Amino acid sequence: MSLEEFFHMGGYAFYVWSSYGLTFFVLLMIFLKPMMSKKQVIKDLRTKYRQQERQTKEQNS
Amino acid sequence: MKLPAIVHKFSSPQNFYVMAGKLIPWLGWACLLFMISGLYYGLIEAPADYQQGESYRIMFIHVPSAWMSMFVYMVMAISGGIGLIWRIKLADVVASSSAPIGAAFTFLALATGSLWGKPMWGAWWVWDARLTSELILLFLYLGFIALQASIEDPRNAARAGAVLALVGVVNIPIIHYSVEWWSTLHQGPTVTKFDKPSIHISMLIPLLLMAVAFKFYYATSVLMRARNEVLLREQNSRWVKEVIANES
Repeated sequence: MSLEEFFHMGGYAFYVWSSYGLTFFVLLMIFLKPMMSKKQVIKDLRTKYRQQERQTKEQNS
Repeated sequence: MKLPAIVHKFSSPQNFYVMAGKLIPWLGWACLLFMISGLYYGLIEAPADYQQGESYRIMFIHVPSAWMSMFVYMVMAISGGIGLIWRIKLADVVASSSAPIGAAFTFLALATGSLWGKPMWGAWWVWDARLTSELILLFLYLGFIALQASIEDPRNAARAGAVLALVGVVNIPIIHYSVEWWSTLHQGPTVTKFDKPSIHISMLIPLLLMAVAFKFYYATSVLMRARNEVLLREQNSRWVKEVIANES
């Protein structure tokens, strides 16, 4: 099978490649989302804990 | 019924967070390995179909997506039920983390089915029993996500979601048997039959490789999501503060 034939998919190129393209796009998005939200969670919690620390220090002084 | 103490120990949020963190890379690499070999055998090694030509290659993503859409739903409903009965917080987390992944698989099953239906049936969509019940599954997922998002208190949200998910389980056998109970345009089962699967081994291998890859994909991403959720829900406990302090 030549590379051209492979991409041509016997005339069904549009249907086959949009299926595969869409699938991998969606799977990638679903996979990347928790990676990005993990960074956000860590950032948010760190800010929250710092604020709490500051408040307890102010109360003590 | 009481659960043994060991179940509670292993389902403690902290224990889960650590264990899942160790598992995720292994699951992720296993997913990639199966995915690459599945794509190789499916797109390059497997011969063209004698009736459908090259278009049948959509099957290697369509069928695993459809299987996963039902599998993830069952995981969601069962863990929702466990959370409802035994009040295990981790079960609630697994249920709510599964929903977006399951919805994505359902959407993909419908979309790739549509892209396969157009050249083979001549229509993007038909209101046949299989397609309609799969569409209802998508609405069940979206309903679950919307319901949980609308309830502030996580315990109440988990409870309401679990009840919805459990009621929706009735749709799963309908999807599975729809092609036998009604005369559908959608073809009948070829792999999950009691006698020998009516699919050639050269096409069965990539199909199963992709199915395993999708299972690993789900395991990887549900654990990633659940870990984030656990951090948020347990944010006032000492161990989460330590985890955050140690994160670079």
